[in-house]
Amino acid sequence: MRRWLVRRTLQAALTLLIALVLLFLLIHILPGDPLAREGEHALTPEQTEALRARYGLDRPLFGQLAAFLGGLAKGDLGVSIQYGRPVTELLLERLPATALLGGTVLLLNFVLGVWLGVRQAVRKDSREDRWITTLSLAGYATPSFWLGIVLAGFVGVRWRLLPPAGMRDPLGGGTVATAVDILRHLILPALTLSIVSIAGTMRYQRAALLEVLRLPYIVTARAKGLPESMVIWRHAWRNALFPVLTLFGLWLPILVSGSVFVESVFAWPGLGSLAIGAVGNRDYPLLVGAAVLVAAVVVLGTWLSDVAYAVLDPRVRTS
Amino acid sequence: MTRVLHVRDLRVSFPAPDGHRFHPVDGVSFSLDRGETLALVGESGCGKSLTSLALLRLVPPPGRVDAGSTIRLGDTDVLSLEGEALRRIRGRRIGMIFQDPMTSLNPVFTVGDQIAEGVRAHLPVTKAQARERALALLQEVGIPDPAGRLDAYPHQLSGGMRQRVMIAIALAAEPEILVADEPTTALDVTVQAQILEVLDQLRRARGMAVLLITHDLGIVAGRADRVAVMYAGQIVEEAPTLELFAHPSHPYTQGLFASVPRISGPVERLTPIGGTVPSPTAFPSGCRFRPRCPQAFDKSELPPDLLAVGPDHRMRCWLAEGRGGRD
Amino acid sequence: MSTLREALGAVWRTPRGRAGMGFLAFLALLALLGPLALPEPFRQFDLEELANAAPSVDHPFGTDQLSRDVLSRVVSGARISLAVAALAVGLSVTLGAAVGLVAGYWGGVLDAVLMRLVDGALAVPRLFLLLLVLSVPDRVPLAALILLIGTTGWFATSRLVRAEVLRLREETFVRAAEALGASRRRVIFRHLLVNAAGPLLVAATLGVGDVILLEAGLSFLGLGVQPPTPSWGGMILDGRPVLEAAPWVSVFPGAAIILTVLATNLVGDALRDAFDPRGA
Repeated sequence: MRRWLVRRTLQAALTLLIALVLLFLLIHILPGDPLAREGEHALTPEQTEALRARYGLDRPLFGQLAAFLGGLAKGDLGVSIQYGRPVTELLLERLPATALLGGTVLLLNFVLGVWLGVRQAVRKDSREDRWITTLSLAGYATPSFWLGIVLAGFVGVRWRLLPPAGMRDPLGGGTVATAVDILRHLILPALTLSIVSIAGTMRYQRAALLEVLRLPYIVTARAKGLPESMVIWRHAWRNALFPVLTLFGLWLPILVSGSVFVESVFAWPGLGSLAIGAVGNRDYPLLVGAAVLVAAVVVLGTWLSDVAYAVLDPRVRTS
Repeated sequence: MTRVLHVRDLRVSFPAPDGHRFHPVDGVSFSLDRGETLALVGESGCGKSLTSLALLRLVPPPGRVDAGSTIRLGDTDVLSLEGEALRRIRGRRIGMIFQDPMTSLNPVFTVGDQIAEGVRAHLPVTKAQARERALALLQEVGIPDPAGRLDAYPHQLSGGMRQRVMIAIALAAEPEILVADEPTTALDVTVQAQILEVLDQLRRARGMAVLLITHDLGIVAGRADRVAVMYAGQIVEEAPTLELFAHPSHPYTQGLFASVPRISGPVERLTPIGGTVPSPTAFPSGCRFRPRCPQAFDKSELPPDLLAVGPDHRMRCWLAEGRGGRD
Repeated sequence: MSTLREALGAVWRTPRGRAGMGFLAFLALLALLGPLALPEPFRQFDLEELANAAPSVDHPFGTDQLSRDVLSRVVSGARISLAVAALAVGLSVTLGAAVGLVAGYWGGVLDAVLMRLVDGALAVPRLFLLLLVLSVPDRVPLAALILLIGTTGWFATSRLVRAEVLRLREETFVRAAEALGASRRRVIFRHLLVNAAGPLLVAATLGVGDVILLEAGLSFLGLGVQPPTPSWGGMILDGRPVLEAAPWVSVFPGAAIILTVLATNLVGDALRDAFDPRGA
């Protein structure tokens, strides 16, 4: 197990490295000079030269790559063109908001999605099952940004039930009041992202459980005289958990992307809206920094889910 | 002889794509006495596994046991039980072991856990006591170093040991009847004999009745008291083992014996039974063996009843009428 | 390929598959008929009193703030969205199948290198890659957009095809073909690819839905299909300022997206069930 862990971690590190190199190459094959600006953002030749030197754009490609990676290792992602502050700083500033949103959605997915998935597997082919499946497919088909503006527009603006934008009221109260305020602001964006993503989790879990329910050891469990709930949750679900764990490794990129739209629509001050702003302003260091962070999160997420899988599956653990 | 199990006219049906139902188990009747072993013999597709599943009401949906069937466990009518009452006979009054121990054991729990679970499901014991029981059971089924194996996972054990674990699980709640569905099919030949030996010992020690389901005539001899041969969803011949081996009467049984290669004796050609086993969705009319039977005659067009051909020996064949009541 | 026909037939037999296929066929028809299907193909937006009109008999989906008939725009948007999705997915599937085939069949170092690259590429969410690329130019021509979406979508498909190839290679019928001296090319095309076609088709169908959502999102951000070319995402963006006064401007394009992606998912699901040898 230890050997496997080491191997898997090295693999993750390699994957991240390759992702970073690919990102680097991508930026450099893009047409257009990242430093060229028109209109109000125009730079003088001296400024351009200075920036070029600062970003090392005058060095050969490999040198730049080394500088890029070297900087990354030190946590230096460059300086944002928009804000003039270190990218790392900006990213860390906005990370908690995205973590809060993403974490909430992940939790909802796990609890509700898993529960519904198991429930529907047991009630396979019933009318309720068919309806919920179709509804969840419709949820999956819903564009998150559209759902966001509809919810924000109606629940938020027209009916004034919940705040439609931002993370909190600028006029804060004490800690508890602030916490409640943040939670109120969290509801709509979290709801939007959850509706769109829960379908996938539910269907995956349902499919996984159905697979397991067909297996002979489930018959053994029933033949022992165990209560059905135990058969489903202890014997079947424990084995159907694995695909769902893997799913979280895959879900991460989707949640990250989804949060880009949702954060943008709800003006939620997280990484997603930061990235959108960077796109509009052609703030490449910031954009690249965000991409790097996201790649790291994704690699970490898949690594975590693989490790969890290994810990939970004795067949892997004891080999 | 106390009768522990009585099955009468058992019919299991499944829906066909066209809406009709077909019957892979079609009117099976047998009984088991305390301490005896009945072997249910037949090729794949004859319905023997479904029969055994029906005893525990484990027929997979959309299949079901049809009305008109009777399954009695002592005084209990198994088919009328629901919920908690049904759960109580599973494992407690009938234990079951399945064909492939690798897939029949949950890979994520230790074998000790799985056995102890079976104990705790029916007996009022603590976790520690259940664990002790599990240890004792592992010993009983002949697993070497039982203490060390208690916390092992199924994938860490060999096929033979896994099957012993299955037996331990089946016996965990001290059932009166043990149903063994092809217990040795997935095992190597050398291990097969060991497992059968274990089953025998346990049966004698606990006075259990055993329903042994198999397609292998070889393991029946010397292990079973009585044999029932199944074909196309029905029992076509039943007799005490020695009687059956001495005088196989149904043409299908005779075909089975003729197609078994023997190590001793002169090398002859194997005579397989011509044709193939009929699909349960399309059983032949009349005698179901008729299309493959070398002795078929005009009366074979009528479905035969079980008729006597010898002491405690019956077969589902009109040919019995010529011979009825032999010495 | 008879299996393809069988699979489509199986899809048609399920009520949900039928609904999905039916809707997609209807949409494709609309897209093909194009301007002929539009109630008001070339309306000039100069009639101010028609701006932000609620749905009515004349304008079943209402009008937007520029007096344009929303229904017409939704139908025009359909052409674009479907075209982008179909072409981009076609590209992704081709690339993915090619890479997966090569990696799976030749194995060894080539396989290891390719798959490591794919792993790395998969670590960056597709959206981020596209945001990065699309932030550079001022306007992205439609063809470039399709190319970009297509080239960022083949990674998972390559893994899929590779897995299929690896599985199929061990199947006896492939060994038999090789033993009979079949040329490599023949083995690849006739045996491996044909059998991997099932999962590929499923992936492609589901991929179409994903691309429609992706393109809509990009258009909503102003990075995808550029106006005046109509696109569903762009329409939703247009309708945002008047959401309270004229919700239909955003709602109908959104509904169109939901229905279309739902349809592709229903068909994809049904196809998956049809190709799965284990059945229901």
